[in-house]
Amino acid sequence: MREPAEIMEVKLVVNGETISRRVAVRQNLVDFLREELGLTGSHFGCEHGVCGACTVVVDGEMVRGCLVLAAQCDGARVETIEGLSGNGALADLQRAFHERNALQCGFCTPGMLLTAAELLARNPRPSREEIRAHLSGNYCRCTGYQAIVDAVEAVCRARREEAAS
Amino acid sequence: MKSAGGPTAASRTPNYIGVPLPRANAKRLLAGRGQYVDDIRLPRMVHAAFVRSPYAHARIVRIDTTEAHVPGVLRVITGAEVAGMCRPYVGVLAHVKGMRSAPQYPLAADRARWQGEPVAAVIAETRALAEDAAQLVRVEWEELPAVTDAETALEPATPVIHPELGDNLCFERRVDSGGVDEAFARADQVVEATFVTTRHTAVTLEPRSILADFNPAERQLTVWHSTQVPYMMQWILARHFGLSEPRVRVIAPDVGGGFGLKIHTYGDELATVAAAILLGRPVKFIADRLESFVSDFHARGHCVKARMAVSKAGDILAVDVDDLYGIGPYSGYPRGSANEGIQVANLVGAPYQQRAYRARSRAVFQNKPMYGQYRAVGHPIACITSEGLVDLAAEALGRDPAEFRRRNYLPADAYPHTLVSGLTFERLSQHEALDKLLAMMDYRRLRAEQAELRKRGVYRGIGLASFVENSNPSSATYGQGGVSIAAQDACTIKLTATGGITVASSINEIGQGGYAVISQIAATLVGVPIEQVKVVIGDTEVTPYGGGNWGSRGTGIGGEAVFQAGKALRANILNFVARLTESEASLLEIRDGSVVEAASGAVRMSLEEVARTAYFQTARVPRDFQPELTVTRSYAQKTYAGTYTNGIQASHLEVDVDTGFVKLLRHWVVDDCGTIVNPLLADEQIRGAVVQGIGAALYEQCLYSPEGQLLNGSLIDYLVPMAGEMPDIEVGHTCTPTATSELGAKGAGEAGTAGAAAAIMNALNDALRPYHARVFTLPFTPERVLRALGKIQ
Amino acid sequence: MKAPAFAYVKPASLAETFELIERYGEEARLLAGGQSLVAALNMRLAAPRVLIDIGGLREFAGINVMEGTLAIGALTRHRDVERSPEIARHLPLLHQALPHVAHAAVRNRGTFGGSIAFADPAAELPACSLALDAKFLIASKERARRVAAREFFKGLYETAMEPGEILLAGEFPVLESGYRSAFQELARRHGDYAIVGLAAHGRLANGVLSDVRLAYFGVGATPVLARNAAAAFEGKAFSDAAVSAAQAALEHDLEPSDDIHHSAAAKMHLARVLTGRVMAQLAGAER
Repeated sequence: MREPAEIMEVKLVVNGETISRRVAVRQNLVDFLREELGLTGSHFGCEHGVCGACTVVVDGEMVRGCLVLAAQCDGARVETIEGLSGNGALADLQRAFHERNALQCGFCTPGMLLTAAELLARNPRPSREEIRAHLSGNYCRCTGYQAIVDAVEAVCRARREEAAS
Repeated sequence: MKSAGGPTAASRTPNYIGVPLPRANAKRLLAGRGQYVDDIRLPRMVHAAFVRSPYAHARIVRIDTTEAHVPGVLRVITGAEVAGMCRPYVGVLAHVKGMRSAPQYPLAADRARWQGEPVAAVIAETRALAEDAAQLVRVEWEELPAVTDAETALEPATPVIHPELGDNLCFERRVDSGGVDEAFARADQVVEATFVTTRHTAVTLEPRSILADFNPAERQLTVWHSTQVPYMMQWILARHFGLSEPRVRVIAPDVGGGFGLKIHTYGDELATVAAAILLGRPVKFIADRLESFVSDFHARGHCVKARMAVSKAGDILAVDVDDLYGIGPYSGYPRGSANEGIQVANLVGAPYQQRAYRARSRAVFQNKPMYGQYRAVGHPIACITSEGLVDLAAEALGRDPAEFRRRNYLPADAYPHTLVSGLTFERLSQHEALDKLLAMMDYRRLRAEQAELRKRGVYRGIGLASFVENSNPSSATYGQGGVSIAAQDACTIKLTATGGITVASSINEIGQGGYAVISQIAATLVGVPIEQVKVVIGDTEVTPYGGGNWGSRGTGIGGEAVFQAGKALRANILNFVARLTESEASLLEIRDGSVVEAASGAVRMSLEEVARTAYFQTARVPRDFQPELTVTRSYAQKTYAGTYTNGIQASHLEVDVDTGFVKLLRHWVVDDCGTIVNPLLADEQIRGAVVQGIGAALYEQCLYSPEGQLLNGSLIDYLVPMAGEMPDIEVGHTCTPTATSELGAKGAGEAGTAGAAAAIMNALNDALRPYHARVFTLPFTPERVLRALGKIQ
Repeated sequence: MKAPAFAYVKPASLAETFELIERYGEEARLLAGGQSLVAALNMRLAAPRVLIDIGGLREFAGINVMEGTLAIGALTRHRDVERSPEIARHLPLLHQALPHVAHAAVRNRGTFGGSIAFADPAAELPACSLALDAKFLIASKERARRVAAREFFKGLYETAMEPGEILLAGEFPVLESGYRSAFQELARRHGDYAIVGLAAHGRLANGVLSDVRLAYFGVGATPVLARNAAAAFEGKAFSDAAVSAAQAALEHDLEPSDDIHHSAAAKMHLARVLTGRVMAQLAGAER
């Protein structure tokens, strides 16, 4: 039988890079990414799973990084805003957010982008209401959300047009 | 933009003023490459967590920190220790007569006066360890009766929070034109209501954050601080810790939202600085969300009893207002907690002709979290009161609310106009704004549709709210009261060796677009491509002195300083080149990074050549001429207490009369903020401000038990507006530049919040009209709507 | 806001899990998706000594249909239930309810079993289970047993599970012909816990309703099966009169209490409104 431990060894792939670390098992994934790996693009806005600022992708699914323990990610594949910016996966969304000023202070932005990306991956033709609903777990205090919805809508349109041509 | 003599942007190329350019500094935020305080890690850095009072009011009998000294914990600091290092502070302004408060210490020493007040700091190697140890600090409390209801705070039976003050009154303001009672006596109609706003809070997504580092050898304090006001904080830290002011450096890196939350003094932040001084190593404190709810400054929470007298002809004859609100147990420092009430007393009915006006506003101390300025300070309450009364009056007279407003607006030729309260409006554009709004929303069609749908049992409402909003404040707001909060801003522009410019400004970036606004003005005035501009902000060691971001002043005041600095550098360059080329400066221009002949466009010198000559090839410079290619200019608005902006909003919504749920269908804003430097930024900022007003109208409230315990202090229970429920918001503008500056810009950041809740309240009451139901207590929850409808008792 | 210290272990088998549970007893908590538990840990509302991560027991994830029963493994993530064609076909009530469960990121991680075992009275899945007359498969080291949903939710965050037991699956009778489901909830914001919600299931044959089950949530310490209200529809066609009777009967079914945002009276009123709306939806009528 395995013994419970307060410290454990984890091995995971973060943004394509294999990482091994000893972690305190109470450390959540975003704390781990920020404190151990210096990946500070994922933010803490509430640390109780409401605001979406800590959104990261684990094994292909976006999750609340504050509600996942680093220990649970042993063997997992984790992607963050840094990795997804580096590989161009978010490039069109980032461009559209920039063009429409769909961010002000930028604190919610990484989580907002990852959430938008998941919607687009699943539903190429969302209505404005569907976009709003999908983003409704991500808090932004600065914008009126409208520029964000506009940006996501524009990317949907552009991707559809590109697919059609 | 307007022409104001001398070189103007309009006559030049390239002109970036008024252009909807994406923000250059947004790209790194989009890539997760921002740097907020919590992203900074220094060698030997340690972390603070706080023990906070579980009671709204309690005596601290004893604090035992023995058990908290566990491995990983460096120090436990209590109130007495910090009090010995940090002078207490009193949040009163000398020029606000009669305002009172008591000395406040960073950590409560003898008594805690609100639930959440910090009483001890634990400094440990990690935040988790600090929290562990904080749970091991034993505090023996003696709970005291708490003052938690503003209505009874002044009654003799209520305990007095600061016995030395005699009662719980912090401040009272009265305004009286005379003749109010007479006007009510002869009025054809009198309408009245009590408008209640509940306390709410800014909830910046990035919580309050500070990282303090102290070098004892030089007695140099450096703090990275999520703040809107680096220079104010520099002054406060130097003054209260007895440090030499130039040896206090405040750096505001990326700031994750401000909204007025980050312009106040917080005990936990001062205690973090104290810890850094005591330990001689960097200490970080990031407020977590739960402690934010009980330690951030709160706002609103007013109860306004108001009435309006009108004539049969449709004229507003008089307005009478009595405002009461509960602040925290101390007046906030250094800005005081009275500004909301001052604005209410000043501004109810302000968009309209004030034939007779009387107002009283009282602020009372309570055992609840600290209280003060939050986006649109007092304006939403004044607007709810004014616009609520206006709709009631229009209804009582059987008039269309739009036409009733138009009739009562200040006449277009009445400017400058001085209110009963003594404030002066330079110039408003209300009639034009109303016309534009009605056209944008197709008011008549909406009214027709509303009537049609009502027959089918669909209850839609249309609500209007005219607003005014202070901006570009003079020193009348704070500086005259003896606190060192600059009313002035400054800008230093330097021509770099290759012909670019660096622009250092005392205003900051808190997401509102400060960086972009500075770049666009500087590039335009100097005449360089915007890619050649680097902006330097948010660091007291490298930026010129100034007030920073609050009170809708960044673009209007800080932007004018940039305008003047750019203009001066341009003149210096042209004079230099004229001398070098034996030409006349008046015949030259800077276009796209080169000095050209204005008439032909022929290039005389590139800016790189200009810089090279001035910096490296000084032999080419005439001996009697010293080119000045680094210039600093300052600006303060001194003509008015503030240059008021104005505008009007409209809400269109549908009420489910069975459930009391309100669905926002659309929202419109026409705003007049004078010259707009970047409409892309201004429009979304206005939308964001509207959404905060929607929060006030439908969702946000701090709920307290009678004992003063916050009942909904988490993001689960404190409801903020999210994307799913927000309507599309259409923004239009009228443009009345202020003549107090050459740029002509007024503030744009707060007006959306000022008017949104009032528009929604009026729309909701319009929708409920067939039921003769009305709501005046915010937020308009399903519960309140159902009660107004009589569906529940 | 960091979780207090605890020890973590991820067993590889059910047998090992039982051993750990036996050894640590009340000091241990099971970690499934963690969408409620980790938040509670972060807020220091929970401080277990040991966290037993059952996320590795993949045999308890998945959806299986066999002989009229659809089983949802306890570790099946909400998103898999939401997207499952079997669920859409056999349990349309769950299919309708899932999009209301929190937000997409939480559904990606949260599990069916976690939601049931946590027994939040405002949650959707416990109420749906009640409406669909589900059974829960529960095992201890010694034995396995099945508990009907109506016996399972005992009180506020309290279930029929004994110390040492684990929830392994939910078993639902698949949709029989003639049966229909309807689901609505009233939440102020998308993804919030509902003020009041209603999961309804019943038979509609030749315009006549029967075997109606109405499970309300957000109205008390547990989800509530409203027998009196449901009886008002038994053997009747959908009508305003039947709705009124059901609404009146709710008096005897529900005893909501005030929460911080809403009074008991408002909740009762809203439950009545939902009764009409959800039954109209179930009966296919426009209203």
